[in-house]
Amino acid sequence: MTSTKRNDWLLMLGFTLAALAAPLLAQPFGANYPDLLQKFAIYGIFAIGFNILFGLTGYLSFGHAAFLGVGSYAAVWMFKLFTMEIIPAIIFGVIVAALFALVMGWLSLRRSGIYFSILTLAFAQMSYALAYSVLVPITNGETALQLRLTDPRYIDRMFFPAAPGLPSTQLFGVKMSGYPGFYLCAVLLIIAFYISLRIFRSPFGTMLRGVKTNQTRMNYTGLNPRPYTLAAFVISGMYAGLAGALLAITDPLAGAERMQWTASGEVVLMTILGGVGTLVGPVIGAGLIKYFENIFSAINEQTLHSFFSFLPDSIQNAVVAVLNLFVGDGWELTLGILFMFIVVFLPGGIMEGIEKLVGLFRRLTGSKSGRSAGQTQAAE
Amino acid sequence: MDAIILQILNGLDKGGAYALIALGLTLVFGTLGVVNFAHGALFMLGAFCAVTMNKILTLQQVVLDPIKKTPWGTPLEINTSYAETYLGDFGRLLIDYSVPASILLAIPVMALIGLAMERGLIRFFYHRSHADQILVTFGLAIVLQEIVRNLFGANSIPQAAPAIVAGSFNVGAFLGLDPYGIVYPWWRLVYLAFSLAVIALVFSFLQFTTYGMVVRAGMADRETVGFLGINIERRFAVVFGIAAVVAGLAGVMYTPILPPDFHMGMDFLVLSFVVVVVGGMGSLPGAIAAGFLLGILESFASMNEITSILPGINQIIIYLVAVIILLVRPRGLMGRKGVMES
Repeated sequence: MTSTKRNDWLLMLGFTLAALAAPLLAQPFGANYPDLLQKFAIYGIFAIGFNILFGLTGYLSFGHAAFLGVGSYAAVWMFKLFTMEIIPAIIFGVIVAALFALVMGWLSLRRSGIYFSILTLAFAQMSYALAYSVLVPITNGETALQLRLTDPRYIDRMFFPAAPGLPSTQLFGVKMSGYPGFYLCAVLLIIAFYISLRIFRSPFGTMLRGVKTNQTRMNYTGLNPRPYTLAAFVISGMYAGLAGALLAITDPLAGAERMQWTASGEVVLMTILGGVGTLVGPVIGAGLIKYFENIFSAINEQTLHSFFSFLPDSIQNAVVAVLNLFVGDGWELTLGILFMFIVVFLPGGIMEGIEKLVGLFRRLTGSKSGRSAGQTQAAE
Repeated sequence: MDAIILQILNGLDKGGAYALIALGLTLVFGTLGVVNFAHGALFMLGAFCAVTMNKILTLQQVVLDPIKKTPWGTPLEINTSYAETYLGDFGRLLIDYSVPASILLAIPVMALIGLAMERGLIRFFYHRSHADQILVTFGLAIVLQEIVRNLFGANSIPQAAPAIVAGSFNVGAFLGLDPYGIVYPWWRLVYLAFSLAVIALVFSFLQFTTYGMVVRAGMADRETVGFLGINIERRFAVVFGIAAVVAGLAGVMYTPILPPDFHMGMDFLVLSFVVVVVGGMGSLPGAIAAGFLLGILESFASMNEITSILPGINQIIIYLVAVIILLVRPRGLMGRKGVMES
């Protein structure tokens, strides 16, 4: 037990250092842009939250993007109506997402398996469709909800007059764009990770694992698993709401496309790719997918030519012609192949791959110390 | 009255497409126990069989006109397709009928693709979790989609229905109601008839042949069928091939209604999943019933009279009905207990 605790602290320390040093770590991969790093952190939070539901209880939700979108809308409305300070926006976004998740979870959790997945998908798709039709006064439809000069911003107006131009989001006067924005996201990511770690180690987390392993037996021991699963659903909805609010903070614009099923599917893929039920896996999966989406898609023939310029011309042309299919517009092809590769060879996601490498390394060096605690919960 | 008949007709052809895709999806699920997210991609591949057929038939050669000259004095160049040069009138007819003719191409191609998919990838996933199955087939769907985009480009490629069914059928006059009250494109009627025929074929294959009987027995209890010395895995592989052909045919015939593009599969995938689940996972009649039911409800909800009372209902009706059905009937319309619930 003490060893687990020590390992947890080590894991926490390592995660904190990695999150804070992300700009340095991302440098060699060409991903050292604050905008992109913010996305890594935000989607990391989203995936951690999703993993609390899917990794622990096994309930596969296909509607989590709805909470992300609702969180964004709530945050932007806070900016429009009251203040550009971000703390009320974050709190409001999380609360609205939690209420939304409470209703959706209360209805959806009556069913399990694929029926649950389709119920969540249906709710999310309904929210998406309504955001484009009936709810346009709230969501501003296809133009997306954005800040305007005519917004009232009552609380801000009480303290100082409106400055010319659109205001930007701020935390105690510090503008939340660029690196300050990233560090805000990183700190929240670390907190989110810590909470998820505590949940994984708590009796509540054990209860959720019990639901995943054998719900019937849970029932026979006289426990009603519904309140637990509902709590997990709401918590993961709040994580998604937080991620949505952060998206709105780093770029005060909320569009309904964030709620589409593809966005829900993306978080499922992030979690499975990284490793379902592992602590760090979802964050890695989120980073990887966002990396592909933003960096891989930006590589073009020119960059490839300069990268392979050391090769003789004819070989260079051939290599570039082949690789060009997989980068730029073809980045999704690479992603698809990666999904298949991971599932076929590493069913537990990337974390299982890392674990295997560590195991191999240990065997080679003959060391006998136990495995790191954060990595022992392989998928399923 | 007119409007109601029109909406039913509108719903039927859309329902036909949903039903055909959902039929294959639920067939694969019922036999192999695999959640196939690449099924929409099979629909898309079928549609591109029609595009390929059309491209092959309209391959052109340049012939110099022996008599006529261009204003510049050079011989006039005429583009004629090879089909027309070698087959004459029949070639012209073939080009006109390229969409139905693609069925002949689509059946072997889709069967091959289906078998290759099953033998090459899906069979390793029978005993893996549904999450793994979803991820791997989703990856495959993306790969197929991107390959098609590389080959055919990102724009949609419209396909024409044969000239004889290009116009519209005046249903109103035919039924003795208000003439021109109900006008309905012929091709959609053809599509409806086609989908019903395919559904009937698949059902009679499963219901009236020995092969189909064994498949149904395998669906109910695959171990016992295995103990009887029957290679049930091979039969299930064939079923996967059939499901691929059905999805492909649905795609081929849908091209004149919706110009195919590389992501049409994904668009249909989600809806057909909803259809399958509303019908009850693994239930064939359920999938058909739910396909037509949701198709018809969708077109009813888009009537002006209804959208004026409940704005936005046409966008969400399918999901709303899905939610209500799943909350009232836990396993969809005709689902069996214990399937896909853990």
